[in-house]
Amino acid sequence: MQLALSEEQEMLRTMARDFLSDKLPKATVKEMEESEAGYSPELWKEMAGLGWMGLAFPEKYGGSGMSFLDLAILIEEMGGACLPGPYFSSVVLSGFTILDIGSEEQKAAYLPKIASGEKIFTLALTEAGASYDASGIETKASAEGDNYVISGTKLFVPDANVADYMLVVAKTDKGFTIFIVDARSAGISYTVLKTIAEDKLCEVVFDKVKVPKTNILGEPDKGWPEVEKIIQRGAAAKCSEMVGCIQKALDMTVEYAKDRKQYGRPIGSFQVIQHYCADMATDVDGTRLSAYKAAWMLSEGLPCTQEVAIAKAWAGEACQRVMALAHQIHGAIGVTIDHDLQYYTRRAKAAEVSFGDATFYREVVAREMGL
Amino acid sequence: MDFRLSEEQEKFRQEIRDFLKGEIKQGLWEPSCDAWIMGHDPEFTKRVSKKGWIGLTWPKEHGGQGRPYIDRLILTEEMLRYGAPAACHWFADRQIGGAIVHYGTDEQKKELLPMILRGEAYVGLGMSEPDAGSDLASLKTKATEDGDSYIIDGQKTWTSGGSHMNWIYLVARTDPDAPKHRGISEFFFRTDLAGINVVPIVDITGGVHFNEVFFENVRIPKTSLIGEKNKGFYQILNQLDYERSGMERLMANYPLFEALIKYTKETKRKGKPLSQDPLVRSKLAQLKIELEIGRLHMYRVAMVMDEGRAPNWESSMSKVYGTAFEQRLAGAAIEITGLYVQLSPQSKRVPIKGMAYHSYLSSKGYSLQAGSSEVLKNILALRKLELPSE
Repeated sequence: MQLALSEEQEMLRTMARDFLSDKLPKATVKEMEESEAGYSPELWKEMAGLGWMGLAFPEKYGGSGMSFLDLAILIEEMGGACLPGPYFSSVVLSGFTILDIGSEEQKAAYLPKIASGEKIFTLALTEAGASYDASGIETKASAEGDNYVISGTKLFVPDANVADYMLVVAKTDKGFTIFIVDARSAGISYTVLKTIAEDKLCEVVFDKVKVPKTNILGEPDKGWPEVEKIIQRGAAAKCSEMVGCIQKALDMTVEYAKDRKQYGRPIGSFQVIQHYCADMATDVDGTRLSAYKAAWMLSEGLPCTQEVAIAKAWAGEACQRVMALAHQIHGAIGVTIDHDLQYYTRRAKAAEVSFGDATFYREVVAREMGL
Repeated sequence: MDFRLSEEQEKFRQEIRDFLKGEIKQGLWEPSCDAWIMGHDPEFTKRVSKKGWIGLTWPKEHGGQGRPYIDRLILTEEMLRYGAPAACHWFADRQIGGAIVHYGTDEQKKELLPMILRGEAYVGLGMSEPDAGSDLASLKTKATEDGDSYIIDGQKTWTSGGSHMNWIYLVARTDPDAPKHRGISEFFFRTDLAGINVVPIVDITGGVHFNEVFFENVRIPKTSLIGEKNKGFYQILNQLDYERSGMERLMANYPLFEALIKYTKETKRKGKPLSQDPLVRSKLAQLKIELEIGRLHMYRVAMVMDEGRAPNWESSMSKVYGTAFEQRLAGAAIEITGLYVQLSPQSKRVPIKGMAYHSYLSSKGYSLQAGSSEVLKNILALRKLELPSE
């Protein structure tokens, strides 16, 4: 057992941190949030040029052959920098799923395009029921000749406004099936929803959308266990993003506490502020350790239902505690829209509920405990 | 990064489990909460010694096995899991042996370490005093040089292990004129000397694990001094990192957690097992989540130690976290057992052997002993986060 990152991983972290701090001042984040696309195509190209999209894909698909753990390190940095855009959707939610269950033709056709940043993918899973269980899926796909016809409404679909392809989870005859759907197919319309994280979550309506049978990802009717894997990967990667988010909030808060003076001394010299910061640091480290463990287990291909559930349940609530204290210490300046802290506050809330909140995962843990 | 234990470590864990389960099966002892500090069983300690499980991390030349701290963590984790009565050797193994290895003379090492390895040193920790708790450097107990001896005068309190000790690790003032941190030394000596009077303190569980110890003109040989004279405070800071670092700060009540899970499966309310109640499931799952986060903190501490670095803020973090967890465990157990929690362990109809009752009361002290949570958060703020002290 050892917890240190390898030299390569440290380099990856440094490179990512330097790049993002250079390219992504908060003014740029704000511009991206306010833009229609929700991301910067120029920055996207640069990230692709650095090999970030294909980081954990095999070399034969245009990737760098690194691991999910390496990817988690990169995502942690993205979380610290509040990077907007479809990286998570395209790489974590879609790319890995294609890599995991796609046919050789599908992998060869799509993964190099994801890796190069040329095409953007996303996942259309959740619906009005707003849950991550199978009972929440009403969208149907019916076989018609060589095609399936998909009808239904997906909600909270990230980045559908810029996606070239969507992985759509739909009910089929005897179960659930995942389809790779051209986002520009006839019958697809979307509306961007205004969100707390200012990300582009969309309502996507599928009105008799024809999809060739060859676009089934994995096996027909047997898609739900694969969906669970997508949720698991999404949750684990979200934990890493949250680590970046709350580490940055802690760093900002400690700096502020050292700098801000009241009663003639830095507020960070007052014990109550020190204890708040100590509590934050303890929550950040617990989140990091469990997020790394989950990512490492995924990297190693080990069964990790319980570990991911523990990491995400913990991260969701720890993030809220950390952000609450960050605000308490920052005082009034921290609740202004012009202060950087609010970027983290907004993202922490969105991340808490994405891919399962603590209530959802406590039940998973309870089942794993044999209760 | 690799979260896997080695094959040898997994085998070691299994060996410990088999040993402890065998002991329980033979009826040699029953698992209980706080057994690491309350369970004094010299025969058990002898059997542990025979297995070679004392001094695991000490260098081989001193009779240890030179194994990594993580191996000791596995050992202590299993001892705690099974609530084994390991109090006789716990302190000597955890910190005193290590301090002697680090600061002792060759003669001290030759004389004292084999005794600890044999499981014959039941050590009391003589640190706190009535007016020196968190502010340990304010201690007043004096050690005055007199020929080949030191004369000890003063009073210690909250002396863990005091009621069963045959040796004491004592911190005393050797230079009353020096600034308070710079006039303190450490001593290790037998407690069957004239002038030592131990008065047990009954804690709120009704148990005794800490004591008042009075020293009146106690003459100890000069060779009892451990390390450098007047440098004791700095030596002990290092030792405290180890004292705080262990799994006993997270899993002292593990038998309660296991028993609670079993209780919810076997107890019906409204015709259904409690374990099917969504609120109960949620509480137990949350405990499991918090326990596993705590284990990661503890393993991190062991890894820092294996890197050769004192876990000077990591152990503070893990202890604050772990003891707060144990208090929440007791709280959840109370909520789940409901009215029954009022019944003392000796009472008719008490559930889960009164462990919830015991833990609720005993866990109040966890966030005080070996550094209060407040002091430890100060350490975290100053050493890790580098916040200003004024």
